[in-house]
Amino acid sequence: DNVCSGELKFHYTVHTSLDVVEEKISGVGKALADQRELYLGLLYPTEDYKVYGYVTNSKVKFVIVVDSSNTSLRDNEIRSMFRKLHNSFTDVMCNPFYNPGDPIQSKAFDSIVSTMMVQAC
Amino acid sequence: MESLTLSDVEQKYYSELFLSCDVDNTKKVASNGKVLDLFRAAQLSNEVVHQITELCGATRLGHFGRSQFYIALKLIALAQSGLPLRVESLNSVRDLPLPRFVMGKNEQEMRHAVMFADTENQGPYFPRPPGRVQAKKVSAHEMIQPCVPTVDPQPDTTSPVVSPHQSPPTSPHAWRKHKRQASGGNVDRQPSVPGVVWPHFREAQPGPVTGDGMWSAHSPPPVQESWVSFTDTPPSSTLPMHPPSAQVITTVRTVPSAMTTNEIQRQISGYDDPWKITDEQRQYYINQFKTIQADLTGLIPGSAAKEFFTKSKLPILELSHIWELSDFDKDGALTLDEFCAAFHLVVARKNGYDLPEKLPESLMPKLIDLDDSAGVPEPAPEVGFSASPVEVTPNKSPSMPSLNQNWSELNQSNEQWETFSERSSSSQTLTQFDSNIAPADPDTAIVHPVPIRMTPSKIHMQEMELKRTGSDHTHPTSPLMAKPPELSDEAKLAATIKFPGTTVGKYIWSKSIYSSCYYRSHSGTSPEGLKVVAPPPPPPRPHASHSRSSSLDMNRNFAAVPAGPQQPGVVAFPPAVPPRPLPTQTSVPHGHRSVEGDGLPAHTSTSPHQMPEQPNFADFSQFQAFAVDQPADDGENASDKTTGTMKTAKNDVQSEERNATTVNSAKVSTPLAPPPKPVRRRLKSEDELRPDVEDLPQKSNVIATVLATQPSIPRSIGKDKKAIQASIRRNKETNTVLARLNNVIECDHQERISLEVQLEQLRPFSHL
Repeated sequence: DNVCSGELKFHYTVHTSLDVVEEKISGVGKALADQRELYLGLLYPTEDYKVYGYVTNSKVKFVIVVDSSNTSLRDNEIRSMFRKLHNSFTDVMCNPFYNPGDPIQSKAFDSIVSTMMVQAC
Repeated sequence: MESLTLSDVEQKYYSELFLSCDVDNTKKVASNGKVLDLFRAAQLSNEVVHQITELCGATRLGHFGRSQFYIALKLIALAQSGLPLRVESLNSVRDLPLPRFVMGKNEQEMRHAVMFADTENQGPYFPRPPGRVQAKKVSAHEMIQPCVPTVDPQPDTTSPVVSPHQSPPTSPHAWRKHKRQASGGNVDRQPSVPGVVWPHFREAQPGPVTGDGMWSAHSPPPVQESWVSFTDTPPSSTLPMHPPSAQVITTVRTVPSAMTTNEIQRQISGYDDPWKITDEQRQYYINQFKTIQADLTGLIPGSAAKEFFTKSKLPILELSHIWELSDFDKDGALTLDEFCAAFHLVVARKNGYDLPEKLPESLMPKLIDLDDSAGVPEPAPEVGFSASPVEVTPNKSPSMPSLNQNWSELNQSNEQWETFSERSSSSQTLTQFDSNIAPADPDTAIVHPVPIRMTPSKIHMQEMELKRTGSDHTHPTSPLMAKPPELSDEAKLAATIKFPGTTVGKYIWSKSIYSSCYYRSHSGTSPEGLKVVAPPPPPPRPHASHSRSSSLDMNRNFAAVPAGPQQPGVVAFPPAVPPRPLPTQTSVPHGHRSVEGDGLPAHTSTSPHQMPEQPNFADFSQFQAFAVDQPADDGENASDKTTGTMKTAKNDVQSEERNATTVNSAKVSTPLAPPPKPVRRRLKSEDELRPDVEDLPQKSNVIATVLATQPSIPRSIGKDKKAIQASIRRNKETNTVLARLNNVIECDHQERISLEVQLEQLRPFSHL
């Protein structure tokens, strides 16, 4: 039950952070998206955690929620995490058997994400 | 009872069965008990058995006559194929597999053989003529002894699991699935391949049915193969296979004629390396590749591959996983190697093998020449990939260790792959990213990257890797650096190497080999600081004359500066066209008097009369002078952006600064760029500021000279590369100067703004 509620809480957090993401990306008027714009940075901090956002050039949004107690995580580490995510995501997309919109079941993707999360901790 | 047409094979098969059931030797009637046992051995449910017996008329008759028996057998075949039991379908269904009968045994595993039809198929195959003993490799095998009432197989018929080490057997028909029906039965016969296991139904056949598909790590038993077919109907029975146990038994399964040309027979090799692809398999895969993509060096797009592999009836998730494993370079398309790997994995999966988490080494696409030192385990030549191995240099960049390892492990020496020959000629797996590039050769003053030619896909992959691990690279240029000693290796690749040949050709890249993927060009001309060892000293600048007249020759300008007569406070302008008697202001004017003080005062040395009145470039000192000398000019200042009525010198300066700024910005944006444009701008600004300009003869002069020299620029452009390099350098230097200027102007601009703000604040009070 604890785990479930935790997961739910994260779902909720991510969902609410989408508003912030939208706000940030709508402000950008430029037609071209460069790397700087893809990384949205710290969306908002709460007392428990920090939320970082990243949007791809195809408007797919990645959100990373990091525990606030993890002060050692620097900005460029977050950036590299997003970059890895983006790369793994494009690999998943390249798979012709993957239908966009499906939940991602790729083991390679999962392993990369897990590795990344373990590293971050 | 309708007449039943049986093919020859079927005829024989059925008669055999009948005989086996004909315990009483009546030749007419099969004993019910036997028959029922047989039917149960067909692994059909009881109701189905009852249905069959009903349909065939035995219930009616009370016994199984020959015809009933035959009909029943056919119905069993139908049922096992998953088709509905209809008497009318008895004759209509083509390519019906022979009915299978299994005896439950401890080690039984179902063999499934999925069949592919192949065009080269020939005639029907008789699974096993009676009396023939098959010495095959057997793994577990099933006993087909319907006649045997007991569970125990007769010793002669059931041979214990034969060690896979048996010599490869087979008579071709051993693994032939039952023949196909008249439709053409394209069962691929690979004569050399032993077989697939047939659930042969035989009565007294000793000898094991071959176990096959030895996936395991058995020692070099030759191939056992199971065939995989992409059929429209799923294999009838599959039991999970365990590679270690290496007991793959293929069930014979012919596909109903609905199967199209997509049926393929394939073998799965059972060598040491369960994932190794045999020659026949590879050839098969290649043929299949050709059906999709005629060019063997080309790519199969993802969508085509998707359709193709979807026909295999594997779940999408597994296909997705297979794709992930086999699309090595992650480009969404399959090369021949990747395709073969994918196909092989599909075959394996269809035969019950679990998909690996990581692509097995033998399936890795051999994009590049691999290090032979990794050593092929197999002595026997295998159809491998590109043949010419290139030494993987020990210096592997930290960013690509995994790739290196994988590739170095790949090891297929004997590759007759003509399609890969080009690839094989290419060199190195990876460029050596080594930041310690010390030029061993003193002649090469530059330590340049020695990129290695890679095949396109490798390049692509590497580039992707590079990009992904971009942050890991310590050195922007080092990734592409390789040690000069490696040149010897690359020398091999000379054929595939081409020189990019462009700007850097000038400098001594003599020993380097350019890779087509070399995407960083460090020409060493950048004044901003080459991160690598400095390039050889550029050719001495021609001081006296410039081949490119439009270049900003700072040296020259500054050198010329002191020489010229100086107007007090006049700022020298940034380097202009060289062959000018007068300093010019081709690029952004030098704004700040203090900045380039040494050179700046110079440019006043122009004949005063040539210049129309122009104020122009951000020459603050001049403006100051103006302000001082011509306070009256303020009002006439065409730019006239003075904020208010304050006519202090400062204000003038500000306005002029602003003016200058605009002019400057115009200039900055087009430093040397199409020559006419700056001139035009200057002219414009000149016009604007005309009233003010009397005292800036030098400017007109500059402009005149610029105009004069403009036409000469294009001519000189084509000269020699040397001059171009030099001019590039000069331009870059100019850029830096301009950048500095820009900063200065910005600062001044800020000052102005703050002053204006103060002014605004003060103004209300002034009314008081």
